[in-house]
Amino acid sequence: MEPVRQVEGRAYPFGQKNIDTDIIIPAHWLKTITREGLGQGAFEVLRKEDGNVFDDERYAGAPILVAGDNFGCGSSREHAAWALIDMGVKAVIAPSFSDIFSSNAFKNGILTVVLPQEQVDRLVEVAQTETIAIDLESQTVTTPFQDRFSFEIDPFRKACLLDGLDEVGLTMASDAAIGKYEMQLAASRPWMARGTGLAA
Amino acid sequence: MASKPRTLYEKIWDEHVVERRDDGTCLIFIDRHLVHEVTSPQAFEALRIAGRKVRRPDLTLAVPDHNLPTTARLDASGARLPIADQESAQQLAALEHNVAEFGIRYFHATAREQGIVHVVGPEQGFSLPGSTIVCGDSHTAAHGGVGALAFGIGTSEVEHVLATQTLLLKRSKSMEVRVEGELGTGVTPKDVILHVIGRIGAAGGVGHVIEYRGSVFEQMSVEARLTVCNMSIEGGARAGLIAPDDTTFAYLKDRPFAPRGEQWEQAVAYWRTLRTDEGAEFDRSVLIDAADIEPSVTWGTSPEDVLPITGVVPAPESFADPSKQKAARASLDYMGLEPGQRLTDVAVQNIFIGSCTNSRIEDMRAAAEVLRGRKVHPNIRWGIVVPGSGLVKAQAEAEGLDRIFIEAGLEWREPGCSACLGMNPDKVPAGERCAATSNRNFVGRQGPGARTHLMSPAMAAAAAVTGHLADVRDLAKEPA
Ligand code: SF4
Repeated sequence: MEPVRQVEGRAYPFGQKNIDTDIIIPAHWLKTITREGLGQGAFEVLRKEDGNVFDDERYAGAPILVAGDNFGCGSSREHAAWALIDMGVKAVIAPSFSDIFSSNAFKNGILTVVLPQEQVDRLVEVAQTETIAIDLESQTVTTPFQDRFSFEIDPFRKACLLDGLDEVGLTMASDAAIGKYEMQLAASRPWMARGTGLAA
Repeated sequence: MASKPRTLYEKIWDEHVVERRDDGTCLIFIDRHLVHEVTSPQAFEALRIAGRKVRRPDLTLAVPDHNLPTTARLDASGARLPIADQESAQQLAALEHNVAEFGIRYFHATAREQGIVHVVGPEQGFSLPGSTIVCGDSHTAAHGGVGALAFGIGTSEVEHVLATQTLLLKRSKSMEVRVEGELGTGVTPKDVILHVIGRIGAAGGVGHVIEYRGSVFEQMSVEARLTVCNMSIEGGARAGLIAPDDTTFAYLKDRPFAPRGEQWEQAVAYWRTLRTDEGAEFDRSVLIDAADIEPSVTWGTSPEDVLPITGVVPAPESFADPSKQKAARASLDYMGLEPGQRLTDVAVQNIFIGSCTNSRIEDMRAAAEVLRGRKVHPNIRWGIVVPGSGLVKAQAEAEGLDRIFIEAGLEWREPGCSACLGMNPDKVPAGERCAATSNRNFVGRQGPGARTHLMSPAMAAAAAVTGHLADVRDLAKEPA
């Protein structure tokens, strides 16, 4: 994962609530075996509407998406996060996210910033004409109009994002502890070791 | 000193902690991992790029289901028929390549054991009480029906489990959903869970693991419990479970991957300890009287939009919450319904009996019961019955259920996810309505513009016979 420190630039002033992952990326795009190219299918249904923010010249290639409450609810498909990355989105700001989407986003180095509704509303307004800057180190969102909003983030996630740490690699450092657990398991719940009956 | 009373969820959690971090995050051991073709290729690819192995291939089971067409898979000579859609064929080929490369047990597309991951796991005795089970699909909660802690994960987590057999998690809150009393005639497990979701709301269980308790669940078969737990995610909960009991043990005994001999006895003795202790506290409790539950259907585009079949389409203004009013207006518009319309007057053109929620043998029997000696209504343009696995299919055929479906005018298909999600060729056309036994009625879920009404297999069969949403209890009164 690439380290994430600052994300700065234009932002899609989107703001819609309860956007589920079927809307972010419809099921027929899930036939792919790679993570690339999903940006073309992102928000496909919404893009059929005239005047949608995603096809507006002003926001083309914007690295930030300002969204509404409960962003990313529904299916567990990580393709939603990959579609955003493929569009060039590096951070999403919203009043709340579904658990599984925020986890999927984090694992792909997308910064999810939770701010109160009125601050999100303000950013939707600013984004129409100006850029927005997010600084992870200081946990702040700023605008050229001197707006300055602080946000909370899980310290573990923050450290991983800042250092570009790979979570699988981190957990593999606990190899000995996992090995010890497996030994204990073989003694305490031996029937679980049978698995599919194939040797490890 | 006696230890603090714990819930079933806490007991399973505690048993699986490998390491605890200062901030409360725990490294949790995963006992069983189910893999399918859609959410795994990128995970295997990442392992390959990083030069990593699958830590415990023996705890991983793979089967294709989501994307696989449900039409015939073999030609008359028994040779495998190619998949017409190039991308689908490529995705299946990638899974076959990955399981071979990483040494994972695999049920191929034409194996008798092939089926929907959440049907296959319990059926094979791979899903066991007290275990942690994950899969890259949000309906993994289903396996909670055998008393497991089971939940859906994203592809990066699939990769994490493949490489380390663990996940980094924080403990959820606990929620009790207790249903006591006797269920009325025609009221099925699907009606129970739809009613529960209607009560708690689609986000009611966010951040919680649900334990279903009370006489109604105690009296249910394991298949019924799988149906209930399956839809926990539609109530916002990542997992839902039911304490294992003699019904569970009888169901699992002698299944292919279940423990045997002395280990079986040991396992059962341990499984009997998996109950919520007297005095254990839940963060939230919901109490429901079984007598309040009626055969139910959904009218909107969220699984919480549930009503008894005797009801009428609600007016958006009838909801207190302004955002719900707005959502209801959009739902009615999408669904093409008018407030005040009787639900039993809503005509349907498509029937889908299947999905991991309702495609087991008891579901097939319940639908066949209604369809026996009857014909599908001329309104019905397309109707399919899709068994959850090859074994369910074989059992249904041995009982002659396939004949009942075919004679009634429905198609009898090969196992898979089918019309549950608009991904494989089984789709509902835009603007048409489908009586479906699946679990999501989202906008576009069964295909762009498709209108989905969720219900039980018996109710979907009743809709097939009448050509509109129908009360299965009315059909029972008249002879076929
Ligand atoms: S039937 Fe539907 S919900 Fe179940 S596993 Fe398949 S796609 Fe997921």
